Amino acid sequence: MKLSWWKWLTILLLLYTVVVGMLSEVPRLAILNETIRNLYFHVPMWFGMILILLVSVVYSVKYLRNPLSRNDIIAYESAKVGILFGVLGIVTGMEWARFTWGEFWSNDPKQNASAIGLLIYFAYLILRGSFQDHQQRARISAVYNIFAFAALIPLLFILPRLTDSLHPGNGGNPGFNSYDLDSRLRVVFYPAVIGWTLLGIWVVHLRTRLEVLKQRFYENA
Amino acid sequence: MHLCCTFVEKLEEVLLKEVFYLMQKDFVLEWRQKYAFNGMLLYVGSTVFICYLSFSLRFGGLEVPVWNALYWIILLFTAVNAIAKGFAQESRGRLLYYYSVVSPQGIIVAKMVYNAALMLVLSLLCFAFYAVVIGNPVQDVGMFLLTIVLGAVGFATSLTMISGIAAKAANTGTLMAVLSFPVMVPMLLMLMKMSKNAIDGLDPSVSLDEALVLLAVNMIVVTVSYILFPYLWRS
Repeated sequence: MKLSWWKWLTILLLLYTVVVGMLSEVPRLAILNETIRNLYFHVPMWFGMILILLVSVVYSVKYLRNPLSRNDIIAYESAKVGILFGVLGIVTGMEWARFTWGEFWSNDPKQNASAIGLLIYFAYLILRGSFQDHQQRARISAVYNIFAFAALIPLLFILPRLTDSLHPGNGGNPGFNSYDLDSRLRVVFYPAVIGWTLLGIWVVHLRTRLEVLKQRFYENA
Repeated sequence: MHLCCTFVEKLEEVLLKEVFYLMQKDFVLEWRQKYAFNGMLLYVGSTVFICYLSFSLRFGGLEVPVWNALYWIILLFTAVNAIAKGFAQESRGRLLYYYSVVSPQGIIVAKMVYNAALMLVLSLLCFAFYAVVIGNPVQDVGMFLLTIVLGAVGFATSLTMISGIAAKAANTGTLMAVLSFPVMVPMLLMLMKMSKNAIDGLDPSVSLDEALVLLAVNMIVVTVSYILFPYLWRS
């Protein structure tokens, strides 16, 4: 099996995240207790989602500048992987919230913002589905992708800061940085972010190759 | 350098002229087809009346948060319906004609300004009717009107672009709602907060944050639409 270096890196980082994340010492905190280990799984999902959606938008811009079907495929596949990360982030977050805040859904602005963000990308999928013509589909969904991303940014970064949130770092809650993201957590957290994001890129890479091959197959068939 | 400046000035002049003529065309069309505008008025009126009946308001008014939320939701649906027809109503031949004579930037700016004017009229009339039928708890009317202006402009600008996108696809009606709602929610939340402050008669400085964010979001939406519309227009 021949894999390029970054794929080996992904495997190593994720193995490290799971093994060390589950076994290492973590700060003992009231309420959070052992669930603090979810930091290695829940938070990287959001980092990964934002980064992969950014890839999607960049390729949408690229498509508008240079309409190659490869650019469109990458934009589409990374939007789908971004949605997958978003759903996983919401599920892991809801599970965590059930244990620490008491409810699966506590009307927290960040929870709501992420749900709306997902709605935008579901709408993107619906929009793609309603075109017959390939070129038109690619161009118009690229336009919507960029438009929606520009509308999502203020949503995800500005809104939660204006209202009180149960998340750390908002509404009088101390941020993870201030006391409990101590060096023991950082040692696993940063590799976890890189590992999960690389995994997302790997999936996009595979899906893109598959789609390009499919297209070539249909063209020659 | 001098040549370049005059060129840019000339370009701006041409764009302004285009926007002006296109808007004039939209207003004249609206005036000639008064039934469409009257239809929107009736839509607003009957929605307000249905709300009045279904909350059975003969005994006492609505609570302030409900009043506020209901007003903005009525306005949201009105906006989606009013603006959806913006691009859909134009016939294919006419679109081709525009394509050959004016720049896409001119079209999107003209449509946005026109839709903003339309939404402004509709939302003010909606407020008047709503206040008469359901009651008016607003303490700071000036601030509330400012919120309505910001809201109407915000709805109009973001929905104009979305209606352009939805008009190209097969099921325009559903897509219009599905594409626009998530994009509009942050705007809607800001507006509700700001209008709640106005209803409670809080000092205007409390709403400054929301007003600035709304303005910023509007600017982003307008800029992005201005840049992206030419790509949409080409297909």
